[in-house]
Amino acid sequence: MKTRIFVTLKNGVLDPQGKAIHHALEGLGFDGINDVRAGRLIEIDHEPGLTTAQLEDMCRKLLANMVIENFEIEQKG
Amino acid sequence: MRAAVIQFPGSNCDRDMAVAIREVTGAETSMVWHRETELPANLDLIAVPGGFSYGDYLRSGAMAARSPVMQAVVAAANRGVPVLGVCNGFQILTEAGLLPGALMRNAGIRFVCREVKLTVENSQSIFTSRYAAGEEIIIPVAHHDGNYFADDATLDRLEGEGRVAFRYAEAVNGSARNIAGILNDAGNVLGMMPHPERMIEAVQGGSDGRRLFEGLIREIA
Repeated sequence: MKTRIFVTLKNGVLDPQGKAIHHALEGLGFDGINDVRAGRLIEIDHEPGLTTAQLEDMCRKLLANMVIENFEIEQKG
Repeated sequence: MRAAVIQFPGSNCDRDMAVAIREVTGAETSMVWHRETELPANLDLIAVPGGFSYGDYLRSGAMAARSPVMQAVVAAANRGVPVLGVCNGFQILTEAGLLPGALMRNAGIRFVCREVKLTVENSQSIFTSRYAAGEEIIIPVAHHDGNYFADDATLDRLEGEGRVAFRYAEAVNGSARNIAGILNDAGNVLGMMPHPERMIEAVQGGSDGRRLFEGLIREIA
């Protein structure tokens, strides 16, 4: 079973990498971009018994830094 | 005086730190590998050095903060043992929860490696007693993730409690309120991005970092 965890910067936290990507995209001629935020995708292959609570615990203890980041868990069959 | 320098895979300022501690304080200094679960007994100082522990994987300092030795460092810090974290060491201390906030990617994206001017904000701590409040000193930085972030309430509390130890006197990395180094609430843990161990004698281009270590002898002995 696979679970995808998306870690993103909280709103209001400046994202220098997102800004640089934004500038680069504009430099390539892509117009109409309002903002770019960069994040991280972590894919975990695990036994079906792992609970959402355990996955959330993993995020809080290691995968995300709760001072600056949020996480989202996407479980797939 | 007894000191320990923690070594992680990817630490690269560990030996400089040990030299600075030995040369300036005369402390018997041991190197402690990240897999150790216990620290040497009766330590007067624990230094968490700079570098790129675990290749900065996940986030700078994130993996190191969860290593076995850091449990012992956290326990020692909570007992009041002085802990100095420099550069990656500062990142590790925030990730381990010993200091508030987080060190993010530099606002200008680029790695910054140069001497910077700092203002000593608090000269009452065990680490800064040999400096004068408001004094300007020169210490080098070398980091990619030194942009200090904390929410406004935390920043106000740090300022109000005199826990900002050093502030950049020039634009360096986008750090909130130009913070370069902070203390924990008990005052026995200091995290700072600039490298005092790289400025302990004239041959290094200056010795403004030396007094941090000199201060520790006086405060701890």
